[in-house]
Amino acid sequence: MSATTTRGVAQPAPVKASQARPRRGLRGNATLNFWLFTGPFLIGLVIFVFVPIGWSIWLSFFDARYTVTPSQFIGLDNYKQILTNSNFPQSLLTFTVFAVFIVPTTWALSLGLALLVNRLRFMRAFFRSVFFLPTAVSYVAAALVWKMSIFSGVRFGLANTVFGWFGVDNIAYLADPSPPWYWVVIVSLRLWLQAGFYMILFLAALQNIPAELYEAAAIDGAKPGWQTFRYITLPQLRATSTAVVLLLLVAAYQAFDEFFNLISTKATWAQTPLMELYKTALGNSQDYGAGSAGAVILSLLICLVTLAQGKIMGFGRGEESK
Amino acid sequence: MSALSSSNWDRRNVLRAALGLTAAGGLAACGSNTGRSSGGSGTGLVQYFHAYGEAGTEQAIKRYAKAYSKANVTTSWITGNTFEAKLFSALLTKQAPDVFEFHPQLQMVKSGQVADLSDLIDPVKDDFNPADIKSHTVDGKIYGIRMIDDPQFFYYRKSMLEKAKVDVPTTLDELLEAAAKLTTDKVKGVFLGNDFTAVQNAVIFSAGANTLDEKNQIAYHTDGVVQGLKQLRQLFTSGNVLLDAPTDFWDPSSLDQGLCAIQWGGMWSMPVMQKALGDDLGIFPFPAIGSSGKQSVYNGGWSMFVNAKGKNVDAAKEYVKWLWIDQKKYQEDWALSYGFHIPPRTSIANGATKLKSGLPAEAVKLFTDFGHFDNIAYDQTMQTAFADVIASSVRKNGNPEAALDTCDKKVNVELKKLFG
Repeated sequence: MSATTTRGVAQPAPVKASQARPRRGLRGNATLNFWLFTGPFLIGLVIFVFVPIGWSIWLSFFDARYTVTPSQFIGLDNYKQILTNSNFPQSLLTFTVFAVFIVPTTWALSLGLALLVNRLRFMRAFFRSVFFLPTAVSYVAAALVWKMSIFSGVRFGLANTVFGWFGVDNIAYLADPSPPWYWVVIVSLRLWLQAGFYMILFLAALQNIPAELYEAAAIDGAKPGWQTFRYITLPQLRATSTAVVLLLLVAAYQAFDEFFNLISTKATWAQTPLMELYKTALGNSQDYGAGSAGAVILSLLICLVTLAQGKIMGFGRGEESK
Repeated sequence: MSALSSSNWDRRNVLRAALGLTAAGGLAACGSNTGRSSGGSGTGLVQYFHAYGEAGTEQAIKRYAKAYSKANVTTSWITGNTFEAKLFSALLTKQAPDVFEFHPQLQMVKSGQVADLSDLIDPVKDDFNPADIKSHTVDGKIYGIRMIDDPQFFYYRKSMLEKAKVDVPTTLDELLEAAAKLTTDKVKGVFLGNDFTAVQNAVIFSAGANTLDEKNQIAYHTDGVVQGLKQLRQLFTSGNVLLDAPTDFWDPSSLDQGLCAIQWGGMWSMPVMQKALGDDLGIFPFPAIGSSGKQSVYNGGWSMFVNAKGKNVDAAKEYVKWLWIDQKKYQEDWALSYGFHIPPRTSIANGATKLKSGLPAEAVKLFTDFGHFDNIAYDQTMQTAFADVIASSVRKNGNPEAALDTCDKKVNVELKKLFG
């Protein structure tokens, strides 16, 4: 791609242009247009998001066992139970450790992949596709492949076979939590599934950096390699990086599928908050009250984290305020 | 790329995309298959079954249902390990099953989820194994019909034990020793399932303890159980136990394929194992733990329940009576033609020639001599709490006493909810 075509995208055309066009059809009726466009989404949002949230909050104050239409009001008992007499607080800690590790790692790996693929002179499309393809794989299917063929504990599991060549004994990656091999399984799975997608985002951003910047830097004496990367590439990727980190954090919050399939709920470690809530509300206990109380706590935490992140990274602020 | 710049957003495109998304959303909402067939003649009933591993079981259940003339019965055969979650969430909705299989659960009785089936069972009550009646009875009413009893015990390869000069273990210490002697480069000594929770009840019973006592108070928190947990931890870390196997304890593959010499399993696996291993197969109960312990067998199984909040409770009860009380041929077929199960009805068990000789007869003997049945008050929440004990003090190096204390707290909350 030449520098001239990419520059056009880096500076989007002003919005004014569209207003110059003559209006047709539903002219003038802005209110109707507004509801026409937002209505369908709003209805979906209300039915599938706001009603359940409201219902959850209501349930969290009731003794809702084996029913979602309870009658016995118990105040804050559910909150007390989920915070003091369950594994939920521990799971919040687990998740935090997981997020602190997985977010920077995925960020770094996908950026690294993007840089490598960006420098390729041949077979570009091939490598882009190869790294992007795992994104299309279901978490559950991938978890089963990881569990049953790569990290199987028997002697003919792939990892054990490879380690066996070096005389290492068979390792039970998932059954035995000490040492915590299960993190290797989970992290490798998640990196494999996610890195490709974020690599594409970084690739797009990399191609938007004008070549003139690098030329100017070179003339000014910047050495290629680390210096150029640190002072030209990285700052130019700021917007994309922020978006990627936010998306990764959201993805980490939603961690469930691979944990559920690899670790299962019959363990006391590596239980994500969603798994604990699943166990409490939908699993064998069917305690929708306590489950909802946990969900409310989790939602509040997510709100707080998002707000804090907005403050620190400036995500969502208008361009002009910078 | 240029399509993303704002000047090129065309109203028509946006509207088309919006409509497309809405339509897709609508379709997705209709996509859930409730297993309920629309139309057709007569009453429609829905029954839920978890997926049995043995070949032919699904066809059998559907065949029985088809033979019933008074209602159109559709079967939801639920695969995967989330049967409970699917069943419980379905029970809250209008698409709830009318009839379902599960284990006796006091909480389901107390919350009015399962219907009283006393009037169906009473006429034939004497024909049922008294323990099976007891485990389904609350305040004199019987809430479920036992279909099959499934004793769980160890299977072992006779040839491997002979070769290693190991006797059949009768205490947990001996099992640990045997596991060490039986382990070779290619074969692990023993397989207790991938997460060890399969033996969580057996550990309690073999230590001479119980889940709950007569007064419905905690009875599992004893020194014997603590000792058992410590020994299991020893076994877990010994390197002589098969872990992360491709299949779990309920599947016969680990023993059949020579991954281990001894495997925990259920009676249902016996036909497949016998076919694969012939005479090279023996069984023994979970060995005794400590001085006050004795060998034990956990008698699991499945029962039929009627959804008390369903639309067709009477029709559902009639169907359950027809199949699980009247149709002895089908009951026998269900218990003996696929995996092996012990028929809870004496009249069927007595006529079951397949269980009269050889290994099946030994299993029946273990079932009667060492068997412990479900306690309806020891519900899923408590079992989940005890599964955490196994996780944190057997698979993790936690203190068993501390783990049991944590479990006590959870179980006591549950007991308080059930009994006040």
